[in-house]
Amino acid sequence: MSTITNNASGGNLSPEALSLKHRPRPVEALIYGFLFFCGIVSIFTTLGIVYELGKESLLFFSTPGVTIWGFLTGTRWQPQAGNFGILPLLTSTLLTSGMAMLVAAPLGLAAAIYLSEYATPSLRKALKPTLEVLAGVPTVVYGYFALTFMTPLLRAIFGKDTVEIYNTASAGLVMGILILPLVSSMAEDALSAVPNALREAAYGLGATKLEVAVQVVLPAAVSGLAAAFLVAISRAIGETMIVAIAAGAGPRFTFNPFQAAETMSGHIVRISGGDLSYNSIDYNSLFAIGLFLFIVTAAINLVSQQVVRHLKRNTQ
Amino acid sequence: MLSSNIMPYAQSNIFSKTGEQEEAAGASGFAIEARNLSIHYSAFRAVKNVDMAIPERKITAIIGPSGCGKSTVLRSFNRMNDLVPGAHAEGDVIFMGQNIYAPQVDPVEVRRRIGMVFQKPNPFPRSIYENVAWGARLNGFKVGLGRPSMDEWVENCLRKAALWDEVKDKLNQSGLSLSGGQQQRLCIARAIAIQPQIILMDEPASALDPIATLKVEELMQELARDYTIIVVTHNMQQAARVSDQTAFFTVDADRAGMLVEFGDTRQIFTNPKDSRTEGYISGKYG
Repeated sequence: MSTITNNASGGNLSPEALSLKHRPRPVEALIYGFLFFCGIVSIFTTLGIVYELGKESLLFFSTPGVTIWGFLTGTRWQPQAGNFGILPLLTSTLLTSGMAMLVAAPLGLAAAIYLSEYATPSLRKALKPTLEVLAGVPTVVYGYFALTFMTPLLRAIFGKDTVEIYNTASAGLVMGILILPLVSSMAEDALSAVPNALREAAYGLGATKLEVAVQVVLPAAVSGLAAAFLVAISRAIGETMIVAIAAGAGPRFTFNPFQAAETMSGHIVRISGGDLSYNSIDYNSLFAIGLFLFIVTAAINLVSQQVVRHLKRNTQ
Repeated sequence: MLSSNIMPYAQSNIFSKTGEQEEAAGASGFAIEARNLSIHYSAFRAVKNVDMAIPERKITAIIGPSGCGKSTVLRSFNRMNDLVPGAHAEGDVIFMGQNIYAPQVDPVEVRRRIGMVFQKPNPFPRSIYENVAWGARLNGFKVGLGRPSMDEWVENCLRKAALWDEVKDKLNQSGLSLSGGQQQRLCIARAIAIQPQIILMDEPASALDPIATLKVEELMQELARDYTIIVVTHNMQQAARVSDQTAFFTVDADRAGMLVEFGDTRQIFTNPKDSRTEGYISGKYG
């Protein structure tokens, strides 16, 4: 007992020594500071991005002849002619991401159901990492896969007259393969998180495996599945390399997926790759596109959080 | 999907299935019978050489210390153990004159006739109504001449589970909005909605407070008039209170569970034949 007291109070047994005051702990303060710094770095980065995008966009929108209304509703994007309408870039972005979701949503969900409900544990252990390897392939490889495999395939099926060499369908389909692991992995997590008690309840009522998977597990996981899809959509909208390589160079206002059309991200990467004079209207317009892209994906993320919260409340 | 002769409520009055059950049990008078049953989880033998014949329309309690394989035996009666990777059974479980572990038997068909209520109430995240109706629909419940509507059937099952008066005004609310005891009775209503011949209950009251427990026990005795009930319980007083027959399991030296004694509940609790049974019920161990 006495040694403990001695250690704690530095050998002084007088009542003043039993102080409950704060003691300086420099290392702890240092580590706290470091952790705090790491925590707010991402916040400041985001703020910095918003500031930079906003500043340059403001310059763009204050250029004579450019209006926000014209930017949002114009069907031509011709910087040389002074036409800055985002719609051609937006439609092609929607085409490629829609095409990507057409591939990734059903296949990803099916793969997730298989992995979570049907595969044996050992098979799942082998399959899931393999699927995730797909996510590690550099997107530039996917881009050339689209150009040298998917495009010839589409041209062979639909005819060389219908399908242009650069087209949004090819880029979108391959982008679907790119985000497939993301969808299946997140969807599988959502399905696996459904408590086993629910599966047992359904099996106990004489449900078949398919009935359990589709009628019990899927509805119970709907909030996680919605989150998976929405994350995949914002990933597809922002994806750059595949569309830059395979979708075409040059904005075109079209809803035909077999025609070449440049997406928002594809346009930014092509123009900024050329020699562009700083502070020109071309240069500033890229930031307006970037800001628009940022707002769209941020809005999707916000909506997805609300959707997930709403669905969660209904299923729990 | 199911042929009508084995679908209890496809042809006859579904509100009384007495005739069906007598037919089902056949001449033996036993609802289900384990013969030299051993159950393994991969290499581990969880239960060995169980022989027990469960009388029909009685409550049979399975008691014993933790790890003695009571739940394993219970879950082997409707092939729920099939869902555990690596689990397999040796020996026979005879139900309606057939070995449910015979290779041609579909476990889904077995579970449609042997329902189950679990330790933790596990209603589906759906409405109270849907919780009851889903299983019935799954099992080919059809509305037709001389048969009740689904609404009537749901009401009937909820009444039998002594839950109707508490939920009749909120059938569209989530089953998860109910209290634990109500949820468990909803699970019982859900189980009887598919008209099983046997209801397996795996510690159905262990997650409930004493009042809810009492309600579930009363309900079990009510249901035993129509159904064969097999209940696993940790609670010896519960076994003594509700059951007609009691099986006492224990763990052998090789860590496998085994059946020690099976007989009339009164006899097991007042005059056990085996010293291990006596030690357990008198609280000397376990």
